[in-house]
Amino acid sequence: MSREIKVRNFHQAKWDEPVIFELSSKGERGILFPEIEKEIEEIIGDGISNLPKNMVREQPPNLPELSQMQVLKHYLRLSQQTLGADLNVDIGQGTCTMKYSPKINEKFATSPKLTELHPSQDETTVQGILEIIYKLDLFLREISGLDKFTFQPGGGSQAIFAMASIIYTHHENNGETEKRDEIISTMFSHPSDAAAPNVKGYRVINIYPNEDGLPDVEALKEAVSDRTAGLLITNPEDTGIFNPKIKEFTRIVHEVGGVCGYDQANANGILGITRAKEADFDLCFFNLHKTFSSPHGCGGPATGALGVTKEFIQYLPVPLVEFDEKKYYFNYDIPKSIGKVRAYYGVVPAILRAYSWIMSLGNDGLKEASQIAVLNNNYLLKKVLKIRGASAPYAEERHRIEQVRFSWEELYKETGITTEDVTCRMVDFGFHMWSSHHPFIVPQPFTLEPTESYSKAELDEYIAGLKKVVEEAYENPEVVKSAPHRSVVHKIDADSLDDPSKWAITWRAYLKKK
Amino acid sequence: MNKKKNIIHPYIPNSVPEIKTKMLEEIGVEDIETLYEDIPEILRFKDEMNLPNPFLSEIELKKHVEQILAKNQTCQENLSFLGGDCWQHYVPAICDEINQRSEFLTAYAGEPYEDHGRFQSLFEYASMMGELLNMDVVNVPTYDWGQAASTSLRMAARITGRTEALVAESISPDRLLIIKNYCKPIIKIQLVKYNEKTGKLDLDDLKTKISSNTAAIYFENPSYHGCIEDQGKIISDIAHEYGALSLVGVDPISLGILIPPNNYGADIVCGDIQGLGMHMQYGGGHAGFIATRDEEKYVMEYPSRLFGITTTAVEGEHGFGDVTYDRTSFHDRIEGKEFIGTAAALWGITAGVYLALVGPQGMQELGKLIVQRSQYAMKKLSEIDGLNIPFNETSHFKEFVIDFSTSGKTTKEINKSLLKKGIFGGKDISSEFPELGNCAVYCVTETHTKEDIDRLVQAVIDCLKEEEIK
Repeated sequence: MSREIKVRNFHQAKWDEPVIFELSSKGERGILFPEIEKEIEEIIGDGISNLPKNMVREQPPNLPELSQMQVLKHYLRLSQQTLGADLNVDIGQGTCTMKYSPKINEKFATSPKLTELHPSQDETTVQGILEIIYKLDLFLREISGLDKFTFQPGGGSQAIFAMASIIYTHHENNGETEKRDEIISTMFSHPSDAAAPNVKGYRVINIYPNEDGLPDVEALKEAVSDRTAGLLITNPEDTGIFNPKIKEFTRIVHEVGGVCGYDQANANGILGITRAKEADFDLCFFNLHKTFSSPHGCGGPATGALGVTKEFIQYLPVPLVEFDEKKYYFNYDIPKSIGKVRAYYGVVPAILRAYSWIMSLGNDGLKEASQIAVLNNNYLLKKVLKIRGASAPYAEERHRIEQVRFSWEELYKETGITTEDVTCRMVDFGFHMWSSHHPFIVPQPFTLEPTESYSKAELDEYIAGLKKVVEEAYENPEVVKSAPHRSVVHKIDADSLDDPSKWAITWRAYLKKK
Repeated sequence: MNKKKNIIHPYIPNSVPEIKTKMLEEIGVEDIETLYEDIPEILRFKDEMNLPNPFLSEIELKKHVEQILAKNQTCQENLSFLGGDCWQHYVPAICDEINQRSEFLTAYAGEPYEDHGRFQSLFEYASMMGELLNMDVVNVPTYDWGQAASTSLRMAARITGRTEALVAESISPDRLLIIKNYCKPIIKIQLVKYNEKTGKLDLDDLKTKISSNTAAIYFENPSYHGCIEDQGKIISDIAHEYGALSLVGVDPISLGILIPPNNYGADIVCGDIQGLGMHMQYGGGHAGFIATRDEEKYVMEYPSRLFGITTTAVEGEHGFGDVTYDRTSFHDRIEGKEFIGTAAALWGITAGVYLALVGPQGMQELGKLIVQRSQYAMKKLSEIDGLNIPFNETSHFKEFVIDFSTSGKTTKEINKSLLKKGIFGGKDISSEFPELGNCAVYCVTETHTKEDIDRLVQAVIDCLKEEEIK
């Protein structure tokens, strides 16, 4: 292999691991429970006989039967067949901020001092964790400029839903719910910025980008009216282009009586640089599993930390954590609260990790993280644009914040190779590359976000991977089209997954339809 | 600021000045500030964020965080009978081993190739839940039971084309708050009373309230008060008679010994998997499941990811992927069903590990152990003067209500007194269910020995004897 091309001669672990039911061996046990004490048995009997007859399950559930080491081995193999951020140069999942999740924070999150706390314990016994929750609130107030945070939402989408609920309750409070039935969002904001308010009964108006890739101010002016309940908008949007007119957006929406919610799920390029407050937002949220380093866990658990200005504290979900200069306590006295969006106080381990991450960086470190994330992104932009067939629609010759939505349109036109093909081939070199949220406004899209965590050498390696695949696309497209070749499995048959007569969402369904 | 100028932070490799300079050169700009050219002055934050001085070394950071965490007193250091919506079950070591693996912990949204293991383990989770629930479709976990119940109601409303729903009043009040907010203003929620003697659903009240406008009746088994609802079949039949769906929230750990809701006519089943291998984590261990039959009209109404098994280009290889991705809001931000985003996948993988470890026999033994211990605790406590157990005639699973009204002491006073003895008493529900009196929900699981229960009983007796509790 040529040393000029720095891609790896990679092959992913391929255990050909059966589905766990295929490993079942009758009678094997993975774990035992204690025997019941004799004295209890004498008094109570088997316990089961005391239950209503019609409720007793006679046949045990048809779960697989495996010994302990065999369960461990099966799942270790499945873990090896998963490419986490800890292993790869995970810059291909743009918008998701796949940064390093420090291991010391895992130690804290898995400490019995957190894991063995029940959420209904007496406040005096949980002063430590309440202090963490309260102080993270103070930190995020500084970072956003807003006045109070809740960590209850279990992810960004749930935070968006909570924002839509607050907007709803606010207008209900003013007797305007009936009239204000529209929410405005933009096409390059996260899909949930439209989908979640839709669940709340709102008609959603999506503003399309103008030729600069920015949501069109004129379109916004046309969209607002006395029916406008609010605005839910990301900035920078998926394109990584900062919307310099964002304050005009909030002004226009405020003028018609709407509420403005800032989707800052990914704020990784702007910590300490620009805030929700300066842009006049009423609400905002940060994903602790993106910007603030809590790991993504294959898709959660996660936290959408939701902040509001003073006026909107009255609507936050219960309870809030407060401090009276002596002790931390819960405040349930929020008469206009939307109620709750998730059980208890949210995903507390994510809160603890974010607290610890901020405490390891401080003001200067957070700014540095953002600045390097932006430096890395613009370096990547420069390099990717040199790759044949790649382009970055909109804002030509401009710089971007933390991510870029690129396009393989030219590559596709010249070779017939699609984004999906490139994705599948990148896998063969140990990389992940994501396309885009739907709809694909940018044709043949791919979205990269290098964060601050990856070294220049790693960025160069990823770029070499892209170059290699593009070279193949022009010279030997078949190898790209038939990829992956060196991953865990080969190209899947996706059609059967959309066919009700064939899809199988559980093993039992598979056995029935086989 | 000055003193920190030369810090090369371990989490930020390219903060090395030489590399920074080189990268800026490649980009063709003088400084990083230029890269922010699109952010106008008016939007700039000019001050410093008022954050504490950081602990740059890991040694100092560890000391700092551990000092704060040390202020907590845990359920491991004390004897806890707290339940409600979060339960202290035993977590097998292998559950932690797997969910702390770098690969699972730090993966996110890869393709069915490089993340094959993520897809397979979540498919297996759904498959094992399917066996436990006797249903063919189970989603990739949502946030928690509250969300699962809320979405079940929204699915029922879409399936039936109706906008009213009945919810059993005996559900967790917190969950009811979640449901009400999630359903408002689309679905009108009306509560159905529980029988004050049995704690089970009041069938007369159900019959009065149900109509041909009802999309669904939602009840839980066991109820928030721990009562086993044995009228499931009757409730489902009444629902179906009116063209409504029967929705049941269930504690999955009870299903080794109790029949799954599908067997008494449930159409959509939901609940929380926290008890299946997740530590309590101060409420951070929740994840919600939704299960249905494998019928298109149900499957197409899920907002969740659904992972399915399929074939690949190579004979004999199992592949996995998204089933009917187009129904989700990832595919269509307006027409997609509700919304989808990052929720609680890692806990789904972990619950799969748990079910694989415990197995069929283990689930039976575990269920039996729990009811034996909780029945013993109920019996012993019911013998104490000044203390009553409402719904005493009804069977319970792991939780039950204790009423201290006749003792002359409040639950709060009792719990303060128990705390001094190193015991976390049951969850005070006297404000959540004032009609029940001065009550607490106690939870007994496989983690409680006879000795633990006897200690609680003696401590309660002692508390009631105490003249005055300060």
